[in-house]
Amino acid sequence: METPTRTKTVEERRNVVILFAGDSGDGIQLTGTQFTDTNALFGNDVSTFPNFPAEIRAPQGTIAGVSGYQLHFGSTEIFTPGDQSDVLVVMNAAALKANLGKLKKGGIIIANSDGFDAKNLRLAGYIDQQDPLTDGSLANYTVHSVDVTKMTRNALADTTLGMKEKDRCKNMFVLGFINWMFSRSLENSEHFLQTKFSKKPELLEANKKALLAGFNYGDTSETFTTRFDVKPAPLPKGTYRSITGNQGVALGLVAGAQKAGLDMFYGSYPITPASDILHELARHKNFGVKTFQAEDEIAAICSAIGASYGGALGVTASSGPGIALKGEAMGLAFMLELPLVIVNVQRGGPSTGLPTKTEQADLFQAVHGRNGEAPIPVLAASSPTDCFEMAVEAVRIAVEHMTPVILLTDGYIANGAEPWRFPQANELPAIKPPFASPKAIVDGDKFLPYKRDEKGVRPWAVPGMAGLQHRIGGIEKEDGTGNISYDPLNHEKMVRLRAEKVRKVVEDVPPLDLSNGVDSGDLLILGWGSTYGAIKTAVNEMCAEGNCVGHLHLRYLFPFRKELGDILKRYKRVLIPEMNSGQLRQLVRAEFLVDAKGLNKIQGMPFTSAEIKAAATEFLKQ
Amino acid sequence: MTTANEVLNGNAAPAKIDYASDQEVRWCPGCGDYSILKQVETVLKEQGKPKEEIVFISGIGCSSRFPYYLDTYGMHSIHGRAPAIVSGLRAVRPDLSVWMITGDGDSLSIGGNHLIHLLRRNVDVNVLLFNNEIYGLTKGQYSPTSPEGAVTKSTPMGSVDHPFNPLALCKGADATFIARAMDRDPKQLREVLLKADAHRGTSLIEIYQNCNVFNDGAFEVFTEKASKPFHTLFVEHGKPLVFANGTKGIKLNGMTPVIVDLTDGSTSLEDLWVHDERDSFKASILVRLFEDPHHEGAMPRPFGVFYIAERSTVEERINAQVEQAKSKKGVGDLDALLRGERTWTIG
Repeated sequence: METPTRTKTVEERRNVVILFAGDSGDGIQLTGTQFTDTNALFGNDVSTFPNFPAEIRAPQGTIAGVSGYQLHFGSTEIFTPGDQSDVLVVMNAAALKANLGKLKKGGIIIANSDGFDAKNLRLAGYIDQQDPLTDGSLANYTVHSVDVTKMTRNALADTTLGMKEKDRCKNMFVLGFINWMFSRSLENSEHFLQTKFSKKPELLEANKKALLAGFNYGDTSETFTTRFDVKPAPLPKGTYRSITGNQGVALGLVAGAQKAGLDMFYGSYPITPASDILHELARHKNFGVKTFQAEDEIAAICSAIGASYGGALGVTASSGPGIALKGEAMGLAFMLELPLVIVNVQRGGPSTGLPTKTEQADLFQAVHGRNGEAPIPVLAASSPTDCFEMAVEAVRIAVEHMTPVILLTDGYIANGAEPWRFPQANELPAIKPPFASPKAIVDGDKFLPYKRDEKGVRPWAVPGMAGLQHRIGGIEKEDGTGNISYDPLNHEKMVRLRAEKVRKVVEDVPPLDLSNGVDSGDLLILGWGSTYGAIKTAVNEMCAEGNCVGHLHLRYLFPFRKELGDILKRYKRVLIPEMNSGQLRQLVRAEFLVDAKGLNKIQGMPFTSAEIKAAATEFLKQ
Repeated sequence: MTTANEVLNGNAAPAKIDYASDQEVRWCPGCGDYSILKQVETVLKEQGKPKEEIVFISGIGCSSRFPYYLDTYGMHSIHGRAPAIVSGLRAVRPDLSVWMITGDGDSLSIGGNHLIHLLRRNVDVNVLLFNNEIYGLTKGQYSPTSPEGAVTKSTPMGSVDHPFNPLALCKGADATFIARAMDRDPKQLREVLLKADAHRGTSLIEIYQNCNVFNDGAFEVFTEKASKPFHTLFVEHGKPLVFANGTKGIKLNGMTPVIVDLTDGSTSLEDLWVHDERDSFKASILVRLFEDPHHEGAMPRPFGVFYIAERSTVEERINAQVEQAKSKKGVGDLDALLRGERTWTIG
């Protein structure tokens, strides 16, 4: 037997997509986020896609229980978590079966061989318990079978931990090995463990040992002859952090409230995938943030309305089913003309639908989902970092225009992470609440709570302001005074005044700006929300190949900016990719009479850039 | 400005603030709501709080028009949701005096969920629950407090639903102030309103209110001169439970209340149940005195303040956490928040 030389070649890659998969109790999400952070700190651009089942601990070893975390990192700019993976790390047979289709031909499989015993093979549905790691069916891939369980237990042999606790360190062994494989140091992960287990020294030691054992295994094992390296990306100079979309929303809300000089009240009822906003905000009470876990979705929004009435910034967030319950109260907020931010982290619908999967099917609900004529500005974030910017925007519009505002994100960008060159607080716009002046008594001695300024905005008179007592309600009100009125002409006037106020919001948002590509020609790809990265990548590739098309991404979905009509007419064809059956397409066609074509995917999964590129290429031929 | 307690003790001169708004009151002539509005105005005047520091929040229903008739801040919201709106308002404005106006349909049917959570959280608000045992604004359907068999527009063969006992429900939800009053007894209503306003936490007053259009006489037996003494029991802290013009009393046989005769020499006042508004267990029995008054030998229906408990309010707890976070972490620094825990620099 030859002596291991430990000299291994290092192969440089521009970018890599790695997919971690295992049982939902295997710590896959943690492994994924840790490796993401390590690469981001190293200077790569990153984009991630956590994908997990709705069940917290689905039956072990089954396909239904597989949790995945996909990471795309590179030395170039990256806009999506990647279409297909280069490396697939699987903790058991079910994880392989569920994800093999997402691996590039010739890709690398790293498999925990202990997860391929007879029981696991049977649970994963491999016929006759045929082991794919040994039966030759994976001949088109490079397979590394590693007994992670055994090696983790060996590494922790001299600890006092029980077998179960030892086995819970398996994900650290894998993380250590992957760090070796991609030439990364363990420093970031060790730092993370230090913080996480600062009060549990035994677990800290064990996890660190497993991490190091995984790294050393790569280094010493003869099986692995090649390591990879991905150089830092030429990102714009600056200081970065990693951020998910839900964190982005939470921080944007806090920042918006601070810039408006308002305390924030967040009324919310737990729902996937929006709950992380509540968790994040509950940590920031020192910013005057009051979080309220209400008894239901209706109470969540109504408590936020009560807070706005009291002079704070009322905010609520949910996902589709919860937003449906909030409908009547949104109408109330619209009728009262109070600031309110409503965030919908969209998930697959209808009804309970696909709680942990993504979709963009609540656009109609946002634009139309109320009784009577109750237009509410609708904003949509296109990436995790854009969640921050659009949350600040939602606060600005709600406060300065005295209206509820709906911000749409979705499960894909809510849970996905990317590097964020965060702004300085003083770079953010100041937000000016239109508070009534206590001296504002007009019309003799009467205060008029619904007297509008040139933007159609009424004054915000808050309880405690002497002399400005007034009554507001959901019932139709007389122009100016806000008193109850059933006068037919007054009703029509009020419906129009309220609509006009909301219409004027678009005059106060940035003009449309092409995201990418050519500004006129054969094809415009019009997108909104989380399809941004996939469209951007597809258009980049098409332009590089000489088929340049335009990409316009809408962040303000209702009302539309007027120039949208002109832009649409500059192209021979318009393609609208959406994770629904064509909701933006219908709105655009209705408003601008443009024969836009849809590219529609309703699978609870984001588009790949290849899907968009293929559809656009095909469309160009027509 | 004086406190409710000062007014109750007779130590206050009425202030000269007019709390009525310029709006015409539009309840049906003869509606019990007028009397309640008048008593609320009376207690506001007696205390003389600045108008701008008072907020009335209502839901939907006849009673919920109430805020429009007072020159304070007010919101006529949506059906059943006033408790949730109050909860948010109080969380950010613990300085205000907040009243909530609701009815039996608003708070016990469509808004039942919010009411119980308001009570368990103990939001500081005076809740005036106008109970007329009918849906008035929708013109006469049975409500969750209508008795079984009630013949209404929606129940021509009689209601098949068992009604709520509102105060037992509230006691079950751990309310810290429970009282019952009626529109036809303004003096007692005034006193209960003052005590409710003096209480810190959710003060729940069920007010029997006659709907003379759709359910006239629902509470006649409690309000009419001839029957009132024999069917009502006015409880007062520290006093024995006596009714029927002093001829009858209520004694506790273990946990069971029984009516005793005070004229035949068998029972003296000392033997009677003495009302203790701080006694949670006895309050639970008191709210259960809810028999159909038309039944032979029925217990009288109690009125007055049944129960008062001291418990911190949720807005105190919310704001204490904010203060604690500020003193522990320092007042929020937005730049530090945006920066987060781990950063890296490029270039």
